[in-house]
Amino acid sequence: MSFQTPSQEEIAARVKALESMLIEKGVMTTSMVDRIVDIYENEVGPQLGAKVVAKAWADPDFKQRLLTDATGACKELGISGLQGEDMVVLEDTGTVHHAIVCTLCSCYPWPVLGLPPNWYKEPQYRARIVREPRKVLAEDFGYEIPRTTEIQIWDSSSEMRYWVLPQRPSGTDGWSEDQLAALVTRDSMIGVGPVKEVAA
Amino acid sequence: MNGVFDLGGTDGLGPVSVVEDEPTFVAEWEKPMFTMFPACFRAGYFGVDSFRHGIEKMDPAVYLKAPYYEHWLYSIENAAIAAGAIDPAELDRRTEHYLHNPEAPLPDHEQSQELIDFVNAVVPAGAPAKRDTDKAARFVVGDVIRVTDVSPYGHTRRARYVRGKVGTVVAQHGSFIYPDTAGNGLGENPEHVYTVRFTAEELWGTGIGDPNGSVHFDVWDPYIELVTEGAQA
Repeated sequence: MSFQTPSQEEIAARVKALESMLIEKGVMTTSMVDRIVDIYENEVGPQLGAKVVAKAWADPDFKQRLLTDATGACKELGISGLQGEDMVVLEDTGTVHHAIVCTLCSCYPWPVLGLPPNWYKEPQYRARIVREPRKVLAEDFGYEIPRTTEIQIWDSSSEMRYWVLPQRPSGTDGWSEDQLAALVTRDSMIGVGPVKEVAA
Repeated sequence: MNGVFDLGGTDGLGPVSVVEDEPTFVAEWEKPMFTMFPACFRAGYFGVDSFRHGIEKMDPAVYLKAPYYEHWLYSIENAAIAAGAIDPAELDRRTEHYLHNPEAPLPDHEQSQELIDFVNAVVPAGAPAKRDTDKAARFVVGDVIRVTDVSPYGHTRRARYVRGKVGTVVAQHGSFIYPDTAGNGLGENPEHVYTVRFTAEELWGTGIGDPNGSVHFDVWDPYIELVTEGAQA
């Protein structure tokens, strides 16, 4: 073992070398790269999860379907796919708070949240959130969960993909789904941050 | 395998590096690297479980420190070599070439509508791991179970922090590809999957684990043994 971490330049050269060989094999093309990047930069992201959350807040029947069969309910809104083939939504209440993690790698519900932020995939969060969740949320994310609120961490060890339905903020009666969706943050669906504050 | 990648509960790694407004792809090389996952999956070089196991076999010091997609590079190049698709000496030669000529062009090639169509189909359809099996589910919601304290050398999803621990089955999900065979090249062998709830005190001890906290972890049927049948309401 070398115990040397490669530099960005070394990795970039290795990737380009491998890409050149896979291109010659017909396994990939540059337009395939462009298409994939466009999808995960512009099409599939947390705005989709926010749309689902807003609908669940506005429509009790939909919320029931979402909590019973998240994959099926998301499909009603045309949201589905890779790394979210089997999804489960966890409902935050006044007494229970949820957060998700993949301690063994980086599993994350891509169809509703897009690709995960780097901190989610890195060792620090994965190691600590299952052991000292309140401390990680308070100290690393500035998000205090009261001791009286039960904290449930969901570790995605299988192909089931978990994500959080945060509580609907008060002061939003009669809001449209678009207005509600604008309050939903990526972090609130991971469970490491609040939804946006509603101006009084 | 008992690898460094199995991080749950590890102490001493420092604070989470939260970055505001981080781009989806931080470096240009991450774009082709990410694309190699669906491309090489389609080419049959690996399944998801063996892809993960490829990452688990990295030099642990590199695993902990390298940028995330370096993990993918390691697993995918090894899978492509093992599949006989890539000659490692030629890969080394080209790496040297691009290291000294980073702006050198990629090979001329024809674009492929078939590959674009594949991407457009697989992203929304996914690649489900759910599989039917004739095996009966041995456990039901409410059963109190123990995770068997077994440490296989190959791929498994038995995180060390749940081994030997007692929890309650809270959901049954049907049967899925079994990582302990699929990740080791031994076939899909589907098994039932359950979510198990462990109290934080069971995992970390009284006085250490959060008294008002729990961890939910998914297990395949062979990972667990019955302690007490669920109370019938």
